[in-house]
Parts: sequence; structure tokens; C-alpha cells
Amino acid sequence: MIKVQNLVKVFGPKRAVDDISFSVERGEVLGFLGPNGAGKSTTMRMITGFIPPNSGSVTVGGFDMVENPIPAKRLIGYLPENAPAYADMTVYGFLNFSAEIRGLRGDARRTAVHRAVEMCFLESVLHQSVDTLSKGYRHRTCFAQSIIHDPDVLVLDEPTDGLDPNQKHEVRGLIRRMGEKKAIIFSTHILEEVDAVCSRAIIIDRGRIVANGTPAELRQKSEWAGAVTLRVNGINAATLNQKLSPLPTVKRTMILKEDATSVTARVFPKSNVNGTLAQSISDATQGWRIEELHTEEGRLDEVFRSITMSDTAKVEETK
Amino acid sequence: MNTWANIKAITKRELGAYFSSPLAYVFIIIFLLLCGFFTFMVGGFFEIGQASLARPFFDWHPWFYLFLVPAVGMRLWAEERRVGTLELLLTMPITPWQAIVGKFLASWLFLALALVLTFPIVITVNYLGNPDNGVIFAAYVGSWLMAGAYLAVSCITSAMTRTQVVSFIVSVVICLFLILAGFPPVVRLFSGTVAPWLVDLITSFSVITHFEGFQKGILDSRDVVFFLSIIVFSLFTTSVILRGHRAG
Repeated sequence: MIKVQNLVKVFGPKRAVDDISFSVERGEVLGFLGPNGAGKSTTMRMITGFIPPNSGSVTVGGFDMVENPIPAKRLIGYLPENAPAYADMTVYGFLNFSAEIRGLRGDARRTAVHRAVEMCFLESVLHQSVDTLSKGYRHRTCFAQSIIHDPDVLVLDEPTDGLDPNQKHEVRGLIRRMGEKKAIIFSTHILEEVDAVCSRAIIIDRGRIVANGTPAELRQKSEWAGAVTLRVNGINAATLNQKLSPLPTVKRTMILKEDATSVTARVFPKSNVNGTLAQSISDATQGWRIEELHTEEGRLDEVFRSITMSDTAKVEETK
Repeated sequence: MNTWANIKAITKRELGAYFSSPLAYVFIIIFLLLCGFFTFMVGGFFEIGQASLARPFFDWHPWFYLFLVPAVGMRLWAEERRVGTLELLLTMPITPWQAIVGKFLASWLFLALALVLTFPIVITVNYLGNPDNGVIFAAYVGSWLMAGAYLAVSCITSAMTRTQVVSFIVSVVICLFLILAGFPPVVRLFSGTVAPWLVDLITSFSVITHFEGFQKGILDSRDVVFFLSIIVFSLFTTSVILRGHRAG
């Protein structure tokens, strides 16, 4: 549904978006991750046709966003960052206007507004003016605007920003459900959201895609993935190191905590051991009083940090 | 068909926005008070003793509009940019032109309403004497066209900035130029010092020069074209400015 090819956007001396390509099909929920200022919002603004790219192309449902913007825009529902809405209108008036400008008339419009209001739980504030709404309600009002015409493509810029935990949960559920039939792109800082909602995630940094895959694949990139954490009673760190470091499966050990009675360590595998690390450790440590032993899955936040930070470090070095 | 439906939707929303804030009511009341005060107290409507509105009433319009129209137009784009709703508006399936025209029409219709509400003055002059109502009608048309020209200038300045106050001040200055270029004292000042063709050129840019015909009851196509071309040119400039913002 959405096809982004070699997208570039330059603001003054800065390449805000630098040669990004990806595509999203119907039934996919694509999570867009990246530090602040990485180019997430700029990319979304180009996808939705708010700003034109310097080069590259965006096609939505086969329509080029620059050449043929109106049919392309018709397919998209868009929730911009900070969820803007006309402050002087009531929630009902605003949704009615959005429906009208999307070409919905008469009964179709009433049904659409009603459905959006129900999906976003806005009944209680329906006739309140937008500027009197709390942030959560304003956010949901703008979200309702984006789904009012039941679009095939949804572009959501930080859809859970500023919501309380219950509302976040609600919105994630909504995105996941809609993702079954639509193509959805949403950006977020919250990594647990990626696990909860996305079928695929892209991490961008400094305008470039630095990782692209399912949440599980991304987690594999963590150097923690496959590492074993163990806590043993009655020995000290030196003994543990002595015993484990020579093992053929072990790359290195790291002591996390040591006190009078126990020691906790993380053992990193060599790249070719494929999950046999825990087995080999438990074989080697027969007779020890092991209190805990488990294999790490890898953590997204750690992947995120290592990918986006190491890049920063590289740039600093080359300066 | 679709184009008009989109423009209508935007015009409707804009008009609603005017009347849901105190701005519309404050504007209309101030405008009517000014009209009444200047016509009867300063313009000497009764002293002149003529069944005409040209001098006592319409003469003031370029000056009223100087402050009132930029106040109506200043929020059109500045507010959208400040709040961020511009991003919503321009990602909807409408062309920027439809948005520009829709917004302009809404404000223009609003000004038309304010102008229509001055009807008691027309009734008064008809009650007291036998004015030429054709002349009065032509002057109303001219006044509305002139308001449209000011408004289109305010559209430009509103699109240039996020701050309504800046938009207001800049458009007052531009509109002041449009008045002064044909304001008799200024013209006299010029005509002594520069070549006559230059004087003609300068005065031809003035709204006063072009409004005069309407006040006399003459619907000259050149005057109509003058106001319409200011409107079209200004709205075009607005679209260029908006595109410039988006291109970054």
C-alpha cells in the first residue's frame, strides 16, 4: 500500500531524511523508532503529502504523492504529532467537518462520525469545545479524525503520546485490531509498544534506516541475545571466572554483583554456539549451588541504544 | 463539483469559527458604531442636506477597513500554523487552492454581513429624502470589493507569520499604502514634484481612486478588474508562500 523510495529531505545544511526506502503492505503494522530528531516526523509528513521530498518518491495505493496527491491523500488517515485540532470547534463539529472534507455526505457522514466517536470513546465530550478538552481527549479527537473515513492507510505520529496507561492500552489494542485490514505506520519512543503492536519495526537514526525487521529479529541483534545470567551461592567471582572462561562456548563473563554469600554473572556466548551455552554451563558447574540460571532473549531498548548510540560515536570520531 | 463541495466545507467551518468566538460580534458592533458615528457626527450627514451617502458614509470606508479588515484576516493562516492544524488541512484530500479560496470566501462573506447590517443608514436616507438607490447599491458593491482587496492582502501577511499581531501590523501598513497613493493631500504633494505620468501611475494603485467611481454610481469594469486582480494576485501570493513553508 505504501511504498517509499530513496526519500531525501534537506533542511538547510541538515539532511533530515537521507535516502530512506521501505514499503508497508495491507495487514502490516510498521513501528517507526528512533531518537528525537531522527527524521521520523519528517518522513511521515512526506508520506502524507504535507511536505514535498527533495528527491525520491512516495506512492500510496499506487498513486504518487507528488504527481497525484488527491487520490493518494484520500486513502490516508493521518494523526500528526501533538494531535492538532481546531480549538474553536466542538468535538462533534470537528469530526463532522473532517467527514465532510473526506467527501462523506448525509447518512454516510452520520454513521462515520458515530463509529469514530464510539471507537475513540468520545461520547462524554461530544459537544464540548476542543480547547476545553484534556490532553488525552484532544488526542483521541484527532485520532478519531484520522479514522473517520475508514482509510486503507493510517499514518500515526506518536499516537500514544500524552495518554494515561489505560488509554495507551486501549489505543494499542485499536491499532492492532485495525492493523489486520489496513496498512499502518506509527512512530513511538516506547519500545514495549513495538512488541505489543508491530508486525515489523524500523529504527531510524540521523535520517537513515539502521535496522529493519520483526521485533524478534531486532531483539536478536542485541549482544545480550543468548547470554546466560546465573547466580551461584557459596563461591566468589574469581572461582566462577576460572571455571567458566575456558569453556569453548564462552566468549566472556561479566560479574554483575558479588556479596558475601553469592555471585551473579552474565556469560556471553561465542557466536556459533546457538543456544547450547546454558547446557554447557550447567555441565561445567556440577556441584555448585546454583540459584538462578536463565538465557536472555535480548532486549529492544538495548538494541535501540546500541544501534543509535554507536552511530553517534562514529560521527563524533570522524569530526 | 467536488471542488465546490470542498470549498463549501472549508467556508462553512471558517464562518463557524468566526461566530463561535467573540471576534465576530465585537467586529460587527465596532464597525456599526464607527459607521453611525462618522456618518452622523463627523461626516455631517444632516448638515449637508443632501439625500446622498457618498460623502458622509462611504468616504470613511477605506479608513475603517484599514484597521478592521486586517483584524478579520490576521488569524486565517497564522492561527493554523501556530496550532498545527495546517498540517491536518493540507493532508486532507483537497488542493491548497481550495483551502485558500474557502478561507477567503468565509471572511469575505463575513464582511458582507457586516456591510449589510448598515442598512438602517440606507433606510434613514430614504426616509428623509429621495436618494438614488442605484448609486447607493453601486457604492456598496464597490465597498465590498475594496474590503475583499484588503482581505486578500491580509491573507498574504497572515500566511507569512505565526503571530497574528505581526500579520495585523504588516497588512495595515500595506493597506495604508493602497489608500495613501490616492489620498488627495498626498497626491497634491506628489503632483508638484514628479512627472504627471508618475503621479497617474501611483494613484492608479490606490483603492481610493478606484472606489470613487462606485461612489458616484458608476460600475466601471476597470475598477472592478482592479479590485479583483488585487484579490487574485494576493491569493496567488498566499499559495506561493504556503508552498514555500512546506518545501522548507
